[in-house]
Amino acid sequence: MTTTRLVVVAGIRDMAGNRWLAAYFAAFVVVAQSLFWFGGTGPQVVLSLLNVVLMVVPLVSLVFGAMHVYASREFVELLLAQPVRRRDLFTGLYLGLALPLTAAFVLGAGIPVLMNRGFGANGIAVLALLVAGAGLTFSCVAIATWIALRTDDRLKGIGMALAAWLATSLLYDGAVLAFASAFGDWPIEKPMLAMMVTNPVDLARVLVLAQVDASALMGYTGALFERTFGSALGSLVALGALALWCVGPWFLAARRFDARDF
Amino acid sequence: MIALRGIDKRYGTQIALHDVSLEVRPGAVTALVGPNGSGKTTLIKTILGLTRPDAGTVALAGVPIDREGEYRRHLGYMPQAGHFPEHLAVGEVIQLVDALRRGIAVDDDLLHAYDLGAIWEKKVSALSGGTRQKLSAAIAFRYAPQVLILDEPTAGLDPLACGILKDKIRRVRQAGCTVVITSHIMSELEELADDIAFLCDAQLQFSGPVVALLERTKQPRLEGAVAALLRARSGSRPDAPPRYDVENIPTLERP
Repeated sequence: MTTTRLVVVAGIRDMAGNRWLAAYFAAFVVVAQSLFWFGGTGPQVVLSLLNVVLMVVPLVSLVFGAMHVYASREFVELLLAQPVRRRDLFTGLYLGLALPLTAAFVLGAGIPVLMNRGFGANGIAVLALLVAGAGLTFSCVAIATWIALRTDDRLKGIGMALAAWLATSLLYDGAVLAFASAFGDWPIEKPMLAMMVTNPVDLARVLVLAQVDASALMGYTGALFERTFGSALGSLVALGALALWCVGPWFLAARRFDARDF
Repeated sequence: MIALRGIDKRYGTQIALHDVSLEVRPGAVTALVGPNGSGKTTLIKTILGLTRPDAGTVALAGVPIDREGEYRRHLGYMPQAGHFPEHLAVGEVIQLVDALRRGIAVDDDLLHAYDLGAIWEKKVSALSGGTRQKLSAAIAFRYAPQVLILDEPTAGLDPLACGILKDKIRRVRQAGCTVVITSHIMSELEELADDIAFLCDAQLQFSGPVVALLERTKQPRLEGAVAALLRARSGSRPDAPPRYDVENIPTLERP
């Protein structure tokens, strides 16, 4: 546990000096504040910010995460040459990357909302947005770490991280539409629900939209999800599935870290 | 001190080490030499537990190394190039490793010799390659290890820093530390090494005292002896490259 704590603290200190992380934080501040400046009210800001979060958070977490793991490889070798357990070290390295990224997002998006008293009646929706963004960060950083630990070729690994982003953020919607139109005459509710659970980005979207009165924006899978589970249970199921998307890839990455040669 | 028995290691279809058995004498400096890609770094990483062999065992002071890594308390490691988190200060890097080592008395010799205290607050990103290498050396020697593993330690160091490092290696050896060192600079190894292990084509071709190698190859210098081993090895292969007479390369003279 001491190893984990030490490595987390060192990771946070290192990331605190990272210009890209500062830019990530500043971008969220600017975007959220601009939405308020341009006359947005609570729910509008949450919905607009949600679109940004669903595109930007997975992209940054996947690509930056993979690049960071590749850049740390030699230092990891040095740390592994110390009397430490691999699992403790891995946990420290993972949290040392995921926590600062999450903090940059939560503070970047949260501070303008606080400053503009955006919590008010939309407190739950804002909280859901921050939780969804944090969940996406943890999940995507774990996926990126797993990819970078599996693939020695840096370019290939970053390419795979980008492909994962494309698949979850863009291609997925097309696949849902294609599936729905191709099998529209069949009872496809269950396969569609299963499809939704395979995508953390869609889960994050439903988790937030369930807190906002915006059924029209739910999309096919979101509407189906709400109809099947209802709003409260649906939120819990989405939250649980998103948590699994954090734990599952983390576990895979941790196993890979334990087994791989450095 | 270090005993490797029947080490096999493959990366996919490529054989990195094949049936390597090596005994590293306690308190001696053992040079690990061989052409690029011969498996030196893989062997070093196997001793450190960074790379797991497909077959064979590694024992330190008679105790097989385990997955827990506690045995690395007795090891110091200096990699080929010092890489540290760019936004940490020199002091933060050292304090991190100190904390991971938990309460071991530290040897500040190299820290002072390289004047790293003067750049304690400086970020790693502002350090030159040579200074990073000095930091790496200071960390490797800092915990008074029983076994030191140095992977091309003088690469990137200026002559003065190089001299300091070589002097330190001699002193820890006198104090009973076992040193395993790789380098492509044979004159440097000639100064430091008691024993030599020659790896080629993933196999250990020779291991023993440097003097024994010189006698066996009938060469006065280590460079010539290693070249003779390489020639003997490559000469036995059908795809052997053309020979170059490394002993008779003319020296440049000052006009």
